[in-house]
Amino acid sequence: MTKSFNPQSYEPGTHPDLPPPAITTGLIGWIKTNLFSSPLNTALTLISIWFLWQILPSSFHWLFTGAVWSAVDRKECWAMMDAPRDGACWAFIRGSLELFLYGWYPEPERWRVNITFFLFGAAVFGALRENIPGKKYWLMFAAVFPFLAAWLLFGGFGLEPVATSKLGGILLTLVVAVTGISFSLPLGIALALGRRSRLPVLRAICVIFIEFIRGVPLITLLFVASTMLTYFLPPGSSFDLLIRVLIMVTLFAAAYIAEVVRGGLQGLASGQYEAADALGLTYWQSHRLIILPQALKISIPGIVNTFIGSYKDSVLVLIIGMMDILGLGRARLNDPDWLGLAPELYIFISLFFFVSCFAMSRYSLSLEKKLETGHQS
Amino acid sequence: MNQDSKNASKSEDSIISICGMHKWFGDFHVLKNINLEVSRGERIVICGPSGSGKSTLIRCINHLEEHQQGDIVVEGTELTEDLKNIDTIRSEVGMVFQQFNLFPHLTVLENVMLAPVWVRKLPRAEAEEQAMSYLERVKIPEQVSKYPGQLSGGQQQRVAIARSLCMNPRIMLFDEPTSALDPEMIKEVLDVMIELAESGMTMLVVTHEMGFATAVAHRVIFMDGGEIIEEQPPKEFFENPQHDRTKLFLSQILHH
Ligand SMILES: Nc1ncnc2c1ncn2[C@@H]1O[C@H](COP(=O)(O)OP(=O)(O)OP(=O)(O)O)[C@@H](O)[C@H]1O
Ligand SMILES: [Mg+2]
Repeated sequence: MTKSFNPQSYEPGTHPDLPPPAITTGLIGWIKTNLFSSPLNTALTLISIWFLWQILPSSFHWLFTGAVWSAVDRKECWAMMDAPRDGACWAFIRGSLELFLYGWYPEPERWRVNITFFLFGAAVFGALRENIPGKKYWLMFAAVFPFLAAWLLFGGFGLEPVATSKLGGILLTLVVAVTGISFSLPLGIALALGRRSRLPVLRAICVIFIEFIRGVPLITLLFVASTMLTYFLPPGSSFDLLIRVLIMVTLFAAAYIAEVVRGGLQGLASGQYEAADALGLTYWQSHRLIILPQALKISIPGIVNTFIGSYKDSVLVLIIGMMDILGLGRARLNDPDWLGLAPELYIFISLFFFVSCFAMSRYSLSLEKKLETGHQS
Repeated sequence: MNQDSKNASKSEDSIISICGMHKWFGDFHVLKNINLEVSRGERIVICGPSGSGKSTLIRCINHLEEHQQGDIVVEGTELTEDLKNIDTIRSEVGMVFQQFNLFPHLTVLENVMLAPVWVRKLPRAEAEEQAMSYLERVKIPEQVSKYPGQLSGGQQQRVAIARSLCMNPRIMLFDEPTSALDPEMIKEVLDVMIELAESGMTMLVVTHEMGFATAVAHRVIFMDGGEIIEEQPPKEFFENPQHDRTKLFLSQILHH
């Protein structure tokens, strides 16, 4: 890339292989090129530093050094500070952690929730981790996990039954989100394939379904689930509210996934379909081996985007009276012991969502990198 | 379909027989009354101006395109709407594309092994052994664990040929296999095709490589406007073309 012309001091065709030029930046170089490259850039850098100087120390004090970590109620919290509200009262979050985590799940049965959380971690780890021995069995385990979790959480078959209304807090949030995410992907793929099917009836059904679901706000669907659905069902059949909500959340996410995946399918060169056909692969073989792996790879950013959206949308269930982490937290704010500690609560909830969404987003980036095979498409 | 023309001119060793075949894209009549008999081991080069329907013709033979009238019989199996017939024919007919169409998410070896494992149901070890032998034949054995995106165009096209050959096809279709390649890579692909021709494969090749046509073709077919205009052994075709359009076409591709 250098513009200077080097007079040739060697025989043509005998130029030695040289190492690439050393990167000349280093820390100082980085600071120079990124923070002070121009007067405007320098001004922006200085303003930012000044701004951070203004807010960081006091935030740090409120969040950490001035905060109280254990107390029985807010009065005690404030008594321990230089002035009331001078720091965060994390004792509130600590004292509510069990409630936030388990909701009203009966205390003697909470070991089942713990096992479910543990198995969930194992399933996620095993399914996402590359180069893990026995990958096939991990995937099978991840596939049966939702059913295993349903049994553990709600009982039956030898376990004490627990009503679904006992679910609350983070447990409920995770149940809604994980169900929505894990069932919407296969359903969305099926809808996307159906929408591109050559069978007109199947195609029409998929189009109508997708367009209808996408055209209605999720809250409306949740109200339908909580109230209207009972009118459509045969009289006397009681259909659990949680299950109705899970179905709605899944269908909603699936409609979006379907459109993302359809975009991926359309992004594939038609030559891929033709090559698969010409080799004699059947429809299912070519989709499983050739088309979907590539289409899903193109769709990863969109799919993860939909996942993150539906994960965060799970808080909407509070509108129909289900107490997820946000609903439960808000209810807890009315507790006379902890009245008015909203900032602590919302910081905690934001952190909870942020950490999980950020993890999903990072994972999707690393997945994209891993699937990169030097092919531009 | 047209029943009485079906048995009209089927010779003993005919491997492909196309009879009174027509095809339309919407209202556009792209192939008009195509009649073509190909005998086992015969090598045919198809040429003609752009848009004359060459690709469409050979794509009809493995049903990548559907014809609307007339009969196509490949290895005794008639191409109909019947999906089983189509699958049978496709597993007997290999195709090589202008744009290679390798599967970019699979390594070279996986590309080549895929169809034998899934369509022919070969055990993996056997499929791998066979794949390696074909990759050696097209001179790619060192690149087997690379991805197609890491290979040159000529290498990719040779892998694509190996991928088709791995299905042990009776017929190979080539649709302008060298026209997406840089000049210095054309030869390496043509060499592989010439070697294949020497092994006795039945080949239909759409190409404008006239050297290749002269060297290996038994017949050259000239198409224009969706019709077969002229059909000659290569020597007569180049030296003594009958039709004015053929002469015009030859003068255009030979003198520039
Ligand atoms: N899927 C399609 N839908 C409509 N028209 C098509 C389609 N595919 C090809 N055609 C048209 O049919 C005609 C013949 O196309 P074909 O690809 O067979 O030509 P060709 O002889 O292979 O030309 P080239 O040398 O450019 O590859 C062209 O006019 C083309 O525009
Ligand atoms: Mg063509």
